[in-house]
Amino acid sequence: MIMTVLRNWLSPLKYQGLRHSLQGLTLAIAASFSLGTHAEDNVLTVYTYESFTAEWGPGPAIKEGFEKQCGNCTIDFVALDSSAGILNRVQLEGENTRADVVLGLDTNLMAIAEDTGLLAPSGVNTSALQLPIDWESDTFVPFDYGYFAFVYDTEALASAPKSFEALINAPENVKIIIQDPRTSTPGLGLLLWMKAVYGDEAAEKWAALQPRILTVTKGWSEAYFSLFLNGEAPMVLSYSTSPGYHMEIDKTDRYQAAAFEEGHYLQVEVAALLESSPKKALGQQFLNYLIDREAQLSIPLGNVMFPVIDLENSLPPSFSKLIEPASTLLIPAEEIRDNRKQWIDEWLESSSAR
Amino acid sequence: MAGILVGQISRLQYSLNRTWPWWSGGVVALVVIMALTIAPLVSMLVEAGTIDWKTALSDTYTQRVVWFSLYQALLSTLLSLGCAIPVALALAHSPSFHGRRFLVTLFSLSLVIPTIVAIYGIVAVYGRTGWLSRAREIIDLEPLSFYGLSGILIAHVFFNMPLATRVMLTSLESIPQSNWRLARQLGMSSLSIWRFIEWPVLRGQLAGLALLVFTLCFTSFAIVMTLGGGPRATTIEVAIYQSLRFDFDIPMAVTLACLQLGICLFLTLLSTLFKTDSDIGFENVTELTKNTASSSLLINTALWDSRWQKLASLMFITAASLFVIAPLMALLISSVNSSTLSVITDSTTLRAIANTCIAALFSAVFAIGLALGLLVSARHLRIRLQYSRSGQWLQLAGNMILIIPPVVLGTGLFLLLRPYADVFSIALLLVIVINSLMALPFVLRIMDAPMMRTAEQHDKLIRSLGVQGFSRWRHIDWPQLRKPIALATAFAATLSAGDLGAIALFGSERVTTLPLLLYQRMGSYRMEEAAVTAGLLLLLCLTLFIVLQRLIGGKNRVVIT
Amino acid sequence: MLSLHNVRLSYDDRHWDFTITLHTHGIYALMGRSGSGKSTFLNLIGGFVLPESGAIQWNEQSLLPLQPAQRPITTLFQRHNLFGHLPVWKNIALGIAPDLKLPKSTRQQISQVLRSVGLANFDNKKPAQLSGGEQQRVALARCLLRRKPVLLLDEPFSALDSTTRTEMITLLKELITQYKPCVIMITHDQSDADAMGASILDMKNDNVSLRNT
Repeated sequence: MIMTVLRNWLSPLKYQGLRHSLQGLTLAIAASFSLGTHAEDNVLTVYTYESFTAEWGPGPAIKEGFEKQCGNCTIDFVALDSSAGILNRVQLEGENTRADVVLGLDTNLMAIAEDTGLLAPSGVNTSALQLPIDWESDTFVPFDYGYFAFVYDTEALASAPKSFEALINAPENVKIIIQDPRTSTPGLGLLLWMKAVYGDEAAEKWAALQPRILTVTKGWSEAYFSLFLNGEAPMVLSYSTSPGYHMEIDKTDRYQAAAFEEGHYLQVEVAALLESSPKKALGQQFLNYLIDREAQLSIPLGNVMFPVIDLENSLPPSFSKLIEPASTLLIPAEEIRDNRKQWIDEWLESSSAR
Repeated sequence: MAGILVGQISRLQYSLNRTWPWWSGGVVALVVIMALTIAPLVSMLVEAGTIDWKTALSDTYTQRVVWFSLYQALLSTLLSLGCAIPVALALAHSPSFHGRRFLVTLFSLSLVIPTIVAIYGIVAVYGRTGWLSRAREIIDLEPLSFYGLSGILIAHVFFNMPLATRVMLTSLESIPQSNWRLARQLGMSSLSIWRFIEWPVLRGQLAGLALLVFTLCFTSFAIVMTLGGGPRATTIEVAIYQSLRFDFDIPMAVTLACLQLGICLFLTLLSTLFKTDSDIGFENVTELTKNTASSSLLINTALWDSRWQKLASLMFITAASLFVIAPLMALLISSVNSSTLSVITDSTTLRAIANTCIAALFSAVFAIGLALGLLVSARHLRIRLQYSRSGQWLQLAGNMILIIPPVVLGTGLFLLLRPYADVFSIALLLVIVINSLMALPFVLRIMDAPMMRTAEQHDKLIRSLGVQGFSRWRHIDWPQLRKPIALATAFAATLSAGDLGAIALFGSERVTTLPLLLYQRMGSYRMEEAAVTAGLLLLLCLTLFIVLQRLIGGKNRVVIT
Repeated sequence: MLSLHNVRLSYDDRHWDFTITLHTHGIYALMGRSGSGKSTFLNLIGGFVLPESGAIQWNEQSLLPLQPAQRPITTLFQRHNLFGHLPVWKNIALGIAPDLKLPKSTRQQISQVLRSVGLANFDNKKPAQLSGGEQQRVALARCLLRRKPVLLLDEPFSALDSTTRTEMITLLKELITQYKPCVIMITHDQSDADAMGASILDMKNDNVSLRNT
């Protein structure tokens, strides 16, 4: 009866093709309801953020290197629109996710990510890694680290603020571009940085900071490339290592990081396996490769961060001219997990107040 | 006794003596619509049952979002209507000037232009690097802060002022000629004319129009998402989207969705009180240019002749025209730039174009199918059985989307389907479903009157000759309904092609449509690429509109507006 | 014989009750004040409305279970007898084949019947191109082709000018002599009734009765 009804409705259009494609669509719908649409056996799907897989990023080199090592496997980098977006996407997809590996979360999101139950132990030996902190997680494998810092344009600002207080009280023309803590790990990083510095006063300080904020972007790429480098504002939230790239590759000292007296917040970026993945062996091989010397060599100038192993003298020379944090700030992952929602609500509130 | 029984049996036989049960279309359509709207709703309410409503409602962020949604909708409505009145008056009293017809046609284009495309145009004019900012730089003024409430208001006025102007213009032009002659005879001043002739007419429309504009602004998604600029200016629809896609905060999403539902329900009920002439531009979209040409003579007798009136006219009309044309011009100009070729040939763009077309066509077909099902049954109820009320209930079902806005529906579908399927893989299907439901009220509006009209006239003849079922459709209905169906299809397809709501929720790097791509490019400040994408989308929509009308409606005049 | 027995219908606060028997080849003119229910009477016979109780029979067979198109009746309305978007021949063809599936011979029949009502070669014209009188002729041609034993006319000529009306009455008379249906015609004009030689049916007090002359 459905078919007769359909026929009656469609026949005025007189296009056989349309009817057939409708039937085809119905079949396709039915087919796509199969659970777990993982790719074929030798393709490793890695969810990561855009700047990792860009031409100038570390992605291409790592892909090439790993594919050579494993023989006939392929890495499929899926570039999501922001770093924290990786976690969101995996949560949205649930157990039906296509991802085998997530790459680009950081220490701040670790406990939250683990709580989802979607991640599997990495099986990778992390004891030989050299990080500013001791590494204790079995699930996550760190692949680079850096310190959050405001990067400024020396041509727009003669001298940059030397502390948060100085930034808040800076003159009218000192505007900053920041990222949304809900979608971006640097965004969350700034939130936590101010939390670490100001504790319970953080909300107040955020409200006080509002006049300095030009805009809040979704991810780091837009903030840095599309806005900051195009001169929209003189300061942007980024990493202490960002100037290293400009000095080394662009051969310019124009962009520098502002050293804050209160200290800088540490970010360690991590990768992990998905529990639902049928290719854990391959994934593990990839994670091991990630902390291998070959892959780590791409990190300093590819991702513009510090490597997690000692590259001896292979760090770019300009990296020695980077600012040294007065102190390293870090909030434990469990504490973040317990308070993130509340802290973000606080941020939302101070940002939406007039 | 036996006589009565025989009578009943006869009645039964009478009603069964047809080849096609009249209610079949309606039932199928109703079931489908209900399944697609009620099921997600239920899954959402089940989730809502687990929410602690007290804390949820006392959350300041939630309160602020609700307040802002209502506030910006109210302001937008006041501004749009406030600006529309003088423009409508000016147009009504200037019945002939070069380009009047073009301008009035342009005003109705806001129904067909995709929101995100117009937004791009607006950003190109008023945004940080737009025309206005550059102009201000030249005279050394600070660039305007555009994102936030001001951006939202500008965009809302851009879309709703022309709509309101058209409606008001129609009612002004329907004032009988005799009134004007009388006014002239009595030597009434312009002010008296306004007070006693024009204002009463407009006032009648105002309530319903205000409600319509308010609802549109309250549930607007693309505008607030692009121009809101942050937590400071977020409406409920956008907040739902953000809590789902940014925070994965399902309780928050459901809380907001329920609030949104409640308010929309209230607004819908309110609208049943105000029975406006439903000439909000749709079935009159084709008639209007004819009307304006002929009835412009009507107001000839009350031209605004005096110098200050002419000046006022000129001011209002020019301002309105510039306001509407500038973003479109900015869009057209900026879309041809250094990135044009690379964007057009880029595989992401091409895939997005394909997806957009698929979504548009299938949504249109689905919407038309549902509408026909409902209308055929409604027609039978209204005309054969004379149950005009139930006939209208059937059509009310078609308007479900006005109570359950797209993002809310999407949230419900997401909750419903997530345990069973990867929603991102079936994204296109979900987009098609949501967009069809979104187009359904408009499609019904366009097709309702023609269907009822032709049926009423010929009902007895059809019955006496026994033309029924497929025959009736093929020989009687289709030839007469071809054009409205063509317009409805074209409209539904264009609406779906240009939509940002559903795809924002379910889109991903795997499944993108042009609107989403445009939004992403704008969000990454890749303005040149965005410009080309906007131009492509506009072109696609116009093409779809024209081609579908031609294809389905047949030859003769192409009724674009 | 067309017989109605205790045919009852209520609408708002009107209660009709019809009992009458009409001859198989009779010609009747139904007259009465506006709003008295003449159209209702015709609608009941035609099958557009079902009575609450009572019997309507044609030659002892109950008409009640039959839809309008299944009844042995052709109806001519005051307006909208033709579909404006269809050519004349299709309008007529619908009368005998509602799905417009016709053998070739029927088309010739249609041409013939058009000739007999004075509309030779009007086959492919559209109703918009015809005058009011010509349109009603087409409708009459369709009646002729259908050859149903009962012919109901609901003020079919009232919108026409008097000359045309006289012509139409003459045509109608010819048609009646050709195949002798039972005719019930609603009219306000006594002269029409006289010209047709019709017996008068009076609609009065929600009741219809034959007038004695």
